[in-house]
Amino acid sequence: MPASALETQKLCKSFGALTVAEDIDFRLEPGARHALIGPNGAGKTTFVNMLTGRIAPSSGRILLGGEDLTKASQAARVSRGLGRTFQVTTLFRSLPVLDNVALAIAERDGVARRMWKPASKYSEIADEAMQLLAKLEIAADARTPVQDLPYGRQRLVEIAIALGLKPKVLLLDEPAAGVPSQDSGRILEVLAALPGDIAILIIEHDMDLVFRFAQRITVLVQGQVLVEGTPQEIAADARVRSVYLGEATHA
Amino acid sequence: MSGYTSDPRIRWTEWLPWLAAIAFFFAMPEYLSLGARILIYILTVLSLDLILGYAGIITLGHSAFFGLGAYTAGVLSAKYGLTDPFLQLLAAAVAAAALGMATGAVILRTKALTLLMLTLAITSILLEIANKASWLTGGADGLSGVKTDPILGMFKFDIFGRTAFIYCLIALFIGWLVVRRLIYSPFGAMLTGIRENTVRMHAIGAPVYWRLVLVYTMSATMAGVAGALLTQVNQFVGLNVLGLEPSGDLLVMLILGGVGRLYGAFVGPVVYLIAQDYLAKQYPEYWYFGIGVLLIVVVLFARGGVLGLVDKCLQALSRHRNSAKASAR
Amino acid sequence: MILYVISVGLSVTMGLMGFINLAHGVFAMAGGYIFAAAMARFGAPFAVAVIAAFLGVAAASVVLERLLYSRLYRSGELAQVLFSIGLILVSMASARMIFGDQAARVLLPDYLRGQLHMLGRDFPTYRVVLIGISAVIIVLLWFGVERTRWGAMVRAAVDNRAMAQSVGINTSVLFMGTFALGSGLAGLGGALGADILPVQWGYPFEHLVYFLIVVAIGGLGSLRGPFIAALLIGVADTACKYWIPEFGAFLIYAATIAILLWRPMGLFGVRA
Repeated sequence: MPASALETQKLCKSFGALTVAEDIDFRLEPGARHALIGPNGAGKTTFVNMLTGRIAPSSGRILLGGEDLTKASQAARVSRGLGRTFQVTTLFRSLPVLDNVALAIAERDGVARRMWKPASKYSEIADEAMQLLAKLEIAADARTPVQDLPYGRQRLVEIAIALGLKPKVLLLDEPAAGVPSQDSGRILEVLAALPGDIAILIIEHDMDLVFRFAQRITVLVQGQVLVEGTPQEIAADARVRSVYLGEATHA
Repeated sequence: MSGYTSDPRIRWTEWLPWLAAIAFFFAMPEYLSLGARILIYILTVLSLDLILGYAGIITLGHSAFFGLGAYTAGVLSAKYGLTDPFLQLLAAAVAAAALGMATGAVILRTKALTLLMLTLAITSILLEIANKASWLTGGADGLSGVKTDPILGMFKFDIFGRTAFIYCLIALFIGWLVVRRLIYSPFGAMLTGIRENTVRMHAIGAPVYWRLVLVYTMSATMAGVAGALLTQVNQFVGLNVLGLEPSGDLLVMLILGGVGRLYGAFVGPVVYLIAQDYLAKQYPEYWYFGIGVLLIVVVLFARGGVLGLVDKCLQALSRHRNSAKASAR
Repeated sequence: MILYVISVGLSVTMGLMGFINLAHGVFAMAGGYIFAAAMARFGAPFAVAVIAAFLGVAAASVVLERLLYSRLYRSGELAQVLFSIGLILVSMASARMIFGDQAARVLLPDYLRGQLHMLGRDFPTYRVVLIGISAVIIVLLWFGVERTRWGAMVRAAVDNRAMAQSVGINTSVLFMGTFALGSGLAGLGGALGADILPVQWGYPFEHLVYFLIVVAIGGLGSLRGPFIAALLIGVADTACKYWIPEFGAFLIYAATIAILLWRPMGLFGVRA
């Protein structure tokens, strides 16, 4: 069986008496379009934080491209091709959009350590950043400080930074969260246009987006995987309806 | 200012401080020792800005490196007869770098108040050691009789302070070149990133901790050299280079000038030391009072220090000019 | 134990409110001056003078909080550090200008001087009384924080002020009151300790490191923490001065570093 892009085996996390993740077995195939859904408090963001290395799991293994990275640092995982966006926009607020993306590219290329030549002379970095921004159609904002952009555009910058890392696996934590509905269509376009060789895991509450984007869906409830399957299977599953989709229709 | 979109060429305005320094040398020969002090503190505050203004590490312990450099030079000269000026500087640099690396590696894993406390504790420990180990450091009396050979065998440290001033000016110039390069480099952009959003830096794969240790060590080295310069120029080193108080002074100088901008470190010490030289001797209580009030006012209303205010004035002026132009059409 | 009374106030303001107030010693000094003045100038009895110190400082702190501190709650660590340094400088200069270089003279009433004979040993009466008062304070505080919702409310307000307000918590009053309590305790400590830690213009700076150490080791936001830390420091300090005087405060600092590295949150730190 070919190596998965990202895999967890029996991943567990407890904070004292509180168990937020229990025996999570998860598998993301290369090039996948996978969604993780679940009610609030199900432990989705905790799961992503464990995947990226922000939190250490209590037990279990995390494999990236077949390599065990359970104990690896955040930086090590990024260099192996793991990128993420945050649910709450986490950008370099006072810096221009171009710099935000350039910082990511510089890290990837190993340029960030260089101390002598001025940064702006590394034109290949600025060029690549501009290309990326152009692809997301925010090139016009390149010199604008991020904090001056409308929120929807900031979410796009968030995605741009992650793409700058040329990840093999991309974790998107609620990319459309807080975005006004007229702008979320743009986000969906961007997501649909993402390169096919990247494996993407998306956490979302927007069911419309999930069902249009995902090829497989995992449902997480109270730290455990309830069920996993194709969108049709999930939509038809009575347990999922009662636990989760029932909530969404009331919301 | 730094980053991938900024222009790194040296603007003509950036040569002004150096011209001013040279003019000062010829115009104010009686004040050259004060001038040398100012230059030394500019170098120190520059090193502090590197970690505080750019990397965002808030420290009350920077005097530890300054003081260690100062005492290293002093002890080596007075107790062990090492009088070559460059070797003294080198020894101070090495000592400060070692301390910076050792303490940085250990404390940069912590944050905020814990980090602040640890930096304070470190400089306090050094102060205690300097105080008690009087056989080595002269204790509370300080270490006098620090001799330094003429620079390059030719330029003796004269009583007018001419050699000292030029010596410190050159040292500052080199330090400035190095820091300026660093700030405009990708490393500098990365430091700004760490200050702006550490979480994001982790998420783009930056080994934040190691970078912080590196810049902390570099900053410590610079501060150590500055401390040694002070000892060489004064031919004396005392307890007032260590502990909370000088760290506080450095912070005040930096905030006065403007944090996170290269030239804040130039403006701050000039303003502070000149004012101190004039006021503190005449009215010591008023001096503390005044600085305290100034600090509070700056924090509340003028966070960017003197340079921040200058910026605001320039912006207001250009807006005024633009609107005047617009209405003239 | 003086260290405790003063420092627990700091644990309250820094720990509960998250404000880095290095100027805490200023309030202690003010308490000391009020106390001394009350007894010497107005002939007030000991207890009254102490209470006057507490209330006086608390009241003054409210003014300061409303005018100055409250502007900086969201301003970040650097601003708070610099502001409190500024405040220290201003108050130190003022104290020197008003009171001169001499320490405030404090005359303990007769019933507090001398020795108590307890457990087969002689203990200075005053110290015993101090320990007793500290114990009472810790109990009262514990009641106040743990048993009522006050502690939780302050933390909520610090975490997310808008949210707390929308739930009906008057955050301004809450902060004001908490700050007043923390500072009042400092004043109380300064007053009670005026005999042991002389009250003069250099006070806030001189003892700053110790207050911070007690709080950092004890743990921010904790009430027991500073108590244990102050005890430990007191014992260690005396022991060191007795056995290895050449080392001075060196060991305290080294111990601080060691403890903070082992437990960055302090021994009983609450902000996990």
